[in-house]
Amino acid sequence: MIALQWFTQPSRARSVVTVLVGTAVVWQLAVVLLKVPDFILPAPSEIFAELASSPGWYLRHAYFTLQSCFIGFAIAFGIGVLAAIGIVYSRFLEDTLYTLLVSLNSIPKIALAPLFIIWLGTGLSSKVAISALIALFAIVIDTVLGLRSADPDAIDLSRSLRASPLQILVTIRFPSALPAMFAGTKVAISLALVGAIAGEFVASEQGLGYVILVAQGMFQTTRVFAAIILLGVIGTVLFYLVDLAERMLIPWHVSHRGGRASGAHGG
Amino acid sequence: MEVSPIGSGSVPYLQVTEVDKTYSTKGRSDVKALQGVTFSLDEREFVSILGPSGCGKSTLLKLVAGLSPVSAGVIEVKGCAVNGPPDNMGIVFQRDVLLDWLDNLDNVLLPIRYAKLRAADWTPRALELLTTLGLAGFERRFPWELSGGMRQRVSICRALLRNPELLLMDEPFGALDALTRDELNLELQRVWMSQRKTVLFITHSIAEAVFLSDRVIVMSRNPGRILDIVRVPLPRPRPLGIRETPAFGSYVARIREMFEKMGLFRG
Repeated sequence: MIALQWFTQPSRARSVVTVLVGTAVVWQLAVVLLKVPDFILPAPSEIFAELASSPGWYLRHAYFTLQSCFIGFAIAFGIGVLAAIGIVYSRFLEDTLYTLLVSLNSIPKIALAPLFIIWLGTGLSSKVAISALIALFAIVIDTVLGLRSADPDAIDLSRSLRASPLQILVTIRFPSALPAMFAGTKVAISLALVGAIAGEFVASEQGLGYVILVAQGMFQTTRVFAAIILLGVIGTVLFYLVDLAERMLIPWHVSHRGGRASGAHGG
Repeated sequence: MEVSPIGSGSVPYLQVTEVDKTYSTKGRSDVKALQGVTFSLDEREFVSILGPSGCGKSTLLKLVAGLSPVSAGVIEVKGCAVNGPPDNMGIVFQRDVLLDWLDNLDNVLLPIRYAKLRAADWTPRALELLTTLGLAGFERRFPWELSGGMRQRVSICRALLRNPELLLMDEPFGALDALTRDELNLELQRVWMSQRKTVLFITHSIAEAVFLSDRVIVMSRNPGRILDIVRVPLPRPRPLGIRETPAFGSYVARIREMFEKMGLFRG
């Protein structure tokens, strides 16, 4: 129901389509009119022809990249949420783990990618590891923030009703944390994709990152753009999947209520 | 100052004896929130605690609720010292503390969820309470679809659900507009007269305290201590119009004079 409402929201869909189509038209016209060579900037029509010429091949590479991204994200999410719960409930973990994470966060994680190739080889596992590492921080930091944002009165109320710490976590803290967790997740899913591509750039035999690197070496610019367009589509779809999950899981959140909050009034 | 409970001379329902509460913060001198507070509540008595902000009345309520330990003195419910939230107590806070992710019925049933009882067994009672407080038909609506007054009614239903002997109310109508407040005062009196709980009601409104209470405990601040306890033997049920009678006015005036002596209201 909510999913349907979101997809059928006319203003949003219209503005997205308008902007994309408009950009493609301007691009096409510019390339054709200015006679830009293909190896500098291919026209959108060329790129779509390239994608249509071998869709199976592109899908196979896209699938590999998506796989690294998804598994990496899932691992980051699992570890991240558990770590955040530990940090919120344990002073010791806050002093050690959280401090460590915050200081490590300042290292550009992509710089660690070559290390994971050494440790885990050139296959899927090294990409998953890089992807997970790069996504982890956003999830931990925002989940900690979210768990701490729970209303102290709601916790007092729960204690007055003799709720156990686990009941308070599940009933109060976790739902209170969801808005912040989703903010972190949106960042993390994009970063997981960046991680997967970074891993493929360093060393790989598959994936869209590999496609880009090899095509670039042979000046097949159209192929580079085809892979980039696919990555753009994947990134957008992933982001909106999280956005959709957010709308379904936290319909009470202020930013989603729209006109529904002003329904009932009186005494 | 009254110390012993009025009436029969049996054990009072709630006995607070020489209670101190001191907050210590690192690097700063201790703050004495309450000093030598002694009073008692008979069973089924409605007693208000009235005082200016900062007099420790909310602190006192947290101590009685077993949410925070006393620094000195004893709090006893039916002769047993309180050292944790008692089983037969309901609390209403100034903010309704409804959980946005549960509908109104599930919010009312929160104590059942925590006690791991079967929700189905308590749903009829919850619906009956919602109906009593004028919320029939709103059980499947969400808190954010209700007005402030309606939300506070839901939170009163939640406090009454397990039929507690003791009802603690911390400025429950303080955040509501004056008309809604009058309406809920009448309703609270009606519910109290039919269900006869022992009520400890915190407020900073002299008129509200006099209107609702059998006795009014007047507190001063810095540190919070009891100035006097005023009996209000006006007949019940009290209509709103009683506030314009000379008898009512004399109680209000007496309490206001205490506050004036304390140094409040110096224009």
